[in-house]
Amino acid sequence: MNEWLYVGLFFIVGLIIPVGAIAVGWLLGPKKPNPIKQSTYECGIEPVGESWVQFKAQYYIFALVFLVFDVETVFLFPWAVKLGQLGLFAVVEGIVFILILVAGLVYTWRKGMLEWV
Amino acid sequence: MNFWNDPLKIAADWLTGVFTGWGMTPVAANVLIAFLGTLLLITILMVIDIFLVWIERKIVARFQDRIGPNRLGPFGLIQPFADIIKLMIKEDTTPQGADKVVYNLAPMLSMMSVLILWAIVPLAPVMLGVDLNAGMLFIIAAGSIGTLSIIMAGWSSNNKFSVIGAFRQVAVMISFEVPMLAVMLIPTIFAGSMGLNDIIQSQNIWFFFLSPLAALIFLIAAIAELGRAPFDLAEGESELVAGFNIEYSGMKFGMFYAGELLHAFTFGGFWAIMFFGGYRFFGLEKVSPFLAIAVLVFKAMLGYWVIMWVRYTVMRIRIDQMLAFNWKFLTPVSFVLVMVTALMNALLKGADGWLYVTGMILSNVIVGWVSLEIARSAAKQERERIEGPKQVVEAHH
Repeated sequence: MNEWLYVGLFFIVGLIIPVGAIAVGWLLGPKKPNPIKQSTYECGIEPVGESWVQFKAQYYIFALVFLVFDVETVFLFPWAVKLGQLGLFAVVEGIVFILILVAGLVYTWRKGMLEWV
Repeated sequence: MNFWNDPLKIAADWLTGVFTGWGMTPVAANVLIAFLGTLLLITILMVIDIFLVWIERKIVARFQDRIGPNRLGPFGLIQPFADIIKLMIKEDTTPQGADKVVYNLAPMLSMMSVLILWAIVPLAPVMLGVDLNAGMLFIIAAGSIGTLSIIMAGWSSNNKFSVIGAFRQVAVMISFEVPMLAVMLIPTIFAGSMGLNDIIQSQNIWFFFLSPLAALIFLIAAIAELGRAPFDLAEGESELVAGFNIEYSGMKFGMFYAGELLHAFTFGGFWAIMFFGGYRFFGLEKVSPFLAIAVLVFKAMLGYWVIMWVRYTVMRIRIDQMLAFNWKFLTPVSFVLVMVTALMNALLKGADGWLYVTGMILSNVIVGWVSLEIARSAAKQERERIEGPKQVVEAHH
């Protein structure tokens, strides 16, 4: 049988266990909601202001840099698999590819995009 | 064929006979047997998870010079079961204004992302869920579901601390995926395949000896991926209260907590598979698959022990220090390591066994030492910029 079908089966069975556990918790627990119990936690005081704080732009920059390097490594995996059978040319080619992207990292570094504040 | 040599095939054949005897088609019988097999594996994993809670609590206690739970049962062994019962009978509150669907889905996805990783872990040469030829990529893909569940939990809880904690945690997790992916290339280069069974079979010399720096970087990046100390700013019990976990109680919190411990055990297992030979131990795995499973579990426990050791020894790091460490030190070092490994592999390919190993170890040591020297001089420059150059103190008589 197709091996990805087994993986799909694992997904389904892997969902059954947490769903089952949480369902048992829901069944067995008392259900007595009251507004004080359900108010959100803020160190003992009433919540002040909106709960969805302003999104720092820095997270977006880190996600972009991560995306570039993630796609790069996904492209490098087939290269790594066949590296044993290809000659020195493939090694040099892979090194040039990595160096181009490391140059991109150095560029972001110098531009100050990797700082937190 | 002896039962002890190939138990899965014997059981599967017998069950197929039973099911087709009852009148099912062979395809349906196969699917049912696969379903039962996965159910068995996941049940065993949950039992292991329960004992991981016990191990964690006893070991953290010993690190902190105390005993840990010892009231319930001998050596406190019944304690995790009491914990499960307590979590199950707690009330299932939902904070007001929370997004109900996403709020309830997050712990389920978090636990699921850990359980599906065990589909590709080779327990023995003939016992594994699926022998995917893209095993390495599957690990990363399944790990990203866990990252998604943290954002879901944080965002849907309608709580400022939850949102901030979740954003920070996810920023750290995706940042540390880059060096982890880069050093996962190195066992792939050595084994010539992405499948985990092939990687284990080609480890006549453990890859730890061929590339110790890669094993170290994988360990650091994996600890950051798991969200454990010293990288656990979001859950740090004294930082943002409990990060994305704040509004969760009862079994949902139990799923996050148990999922994190099982995730740590799983990555201990992957560290063992990729760098320490997996289920291999000088030919012991050919004797019986059960011995191979025992070897793998033992090595995974050792990896888990190292992860726990780091957790209870090292101080928590601030988020800007974490991200600077990742993007300015780990990522360049890991990419340089990949380039150097590829080059040395091509240069030393036809060489003798000992020359190959020595060449690889030396290249790793040189890369590690040079990068530490660069980091040290950069730190010295930074310190002098802030504090002024060091004054030589004259001795007063």
